[in-house]
Amino acid sequence: MTLTNTIRKFGRGVAVVGAGMSKFGAFPGKNSRDLFVEAYQEMLASVDKGFDPRDIEALFIGNYSSDLFENQGHTAPIMADWVGLAPRPAVRIEDACASGGAALRQGLMAVASGLYDIVLVGGIEKMTDLPTERVTDTLATAADMVYEIPAGFTFPGFYAAMATAYMAQYGAPTDVFLQVGYKNHESGALNDKAQFGQRIADIMEARKKSAAKKGQPIPTWANEMEFLHDNRANPMIAWPMRLYDCSPISDGAAAVLLVSEEIANRFTDASLHVIGAGQASDGALHDRATLTAIPSAKKAAQDAYAMAGVKPADIGVVEVHDCFTIAEIVASEDLGFFAPGEGWKAAEDGVTARGGARPINTSGGLKSKGHPVGASGVGQVIEIWKQLRGQAGARQLDGNPSLGLTHNVGGTGQTCVVHIFERR
Amino acid sequence: MVDNIFTGTAFYKAVGEHKLMGTRCKACGEIHLPPRPICPKCLSGDVAWVEFGGKGKLTAFTVIYIAPTAMIAAGYGRNNPYIAGIVQLEEGPSVSAQILGLDATKPESIAIGAPLTASFVERGEGEAKKTFLAFNA
Ligand SMILES: [Zn+2]
Repeated sequence: MTLTNTIRKFGRGVAVVGAGMSKFGAFPGKNSRDLFVEAYQEMLASVDKGFDPRDIEALFIGNYSSDLFENQGHTAPIMADWVGLAPRPAVRIEDACASGGAALRQGLMAVASGLYDIVLVGGIEKMTDLPTERVTDTLATAADMVYEIPAGFTFPGFYAAMATAYMAQYGAPTDVFLQVGYKNHESGALNDKAQFGQRIADIMEARKKSAAKKGQPIPTWANEMEFLHDNRANPMIAWPMRLYDCSPISDGAAAVLLVSEEIANRFTDASLHVIGAGQASDGALHDRATLTAIPSAKKAAQDAYAMAGVKPADIGVVEVHDCFTIAEIVASEDLGFFAPGEGWKAAEDGVTARGGARPINTSGGLKSKGHPVGASGVGQVIEIWKQLRGQAGARQLDGNPSLGLTHNVGGTGQTCVVHIFERR
Repeated sequence: MVDNIFTGTAFYKAVGEHKLMGTRCKACGEIHLPPRPICPKCLSGDVAWVEFGGKGKLTAFTVIYIAPTAMIAAGYGRNNPYIAGIVQLEEGPSVSAQILGLDATKPESIAIGAPLTASFVERGEGEAKKTFLAFNA
């Protein structure tokens, strides 16, 4: 493959001046448009100097599969109409779990091209109406239905297979995966938008209380790791990935407002400028030269860093696509924060915890915050928005970070989208 | 008029005859499995069928407890987990396949690098009967 390594730049600068999200979780009786309205209204309220929504010129909506999840196709114009923005153009962008990141990229390019000055980027997914098996089947369609799925693979299964390759190559123990899940629950407990806003210790306490109330034997876990090793509390999904290694089935929506850089201060004095963007694609997992890294993530990151003119060490806030715990470890290497094979040690040593030297997923990540797949890539931007503006509350990072990065993966890495943001 | 014969339908027709067929690029010699009409290495469209020997080694695997509906219909699930894996063939390319003949209840005992041989599994009845590619220890 020859690909020119010309450093690409946007035609003009683009800034994020508003960001909002619905709570992520399971919401019977609310469909994706209802959740989109919640994200949209929070986004409007987040614009520091106020904003007339009639100034929005176009909508870019990330969504994986409203068709299969809620029997509704053609969702983008519905979102536009439901917030009163028809007849503005609205387009749905689908790249599996990277749909949100891909929608952001399309919105960025639309403003950078000069076609529009103000656009809305949304991400939506409503997953919990279907039974688990049908959710599993729907997610499986993000893989190759002709050559991968007939093998019996599921999405937890693909990432579990990456985990076995990683363990064999680098000697990582299965416990380190549980530690990543533990860490993300610690942060998610500080996020009021998180689906599982509970520490593992809180979940254990609740289970004990519930058992006592029902007159059942009270579990005797001595600590969190004992709970996470318990096959009943934390059943195997696809060895070595257990339930608490997997992001949940979620409903949710997120929305951000993008404007051309020249007019950003009309809306806020603390906007996030998108200084780096990269997206890459790939084939089936089995066709890759490596199973212990995601090549599309490395390529997307390389392009984003080059455009931004920054190095991994410069980044202060990082949201990575931890659809499974192994994915967070691999991402921490693909993004250049750790050398290949060193990511698991950093996770084990607490380097990636909120108080560590390289905090990852302060929002709780997809594991704890939830993973409404088409919304996740946009939801990541909300954490960067809050952290870089000093609005992350109890989970706010020290040191007044000014650079943030989002890493959004589709499938097993058939797509990866990376963005780098700078607060100015 | 291009009539692409290097299709998934052709691949699975060969699997139905218990043959593992891919392509070889006549321009650069790259071998592909499954078959590809365009060589991803040199972009040539000049490819020919090649049959694989069926010997390979395990490069990654998992034991699946929460199965998709197709595998549940085949009798798998929480109480009867199965192994899915990636197998690198001796000729170079890798494929995804169910792995048979290894103990799914003892994943710690399964070695990356284990030698495997292609085998073919029939599932379904009558019209719905299909042959799937698997590998056996
Ligand atoms: Zn070739």
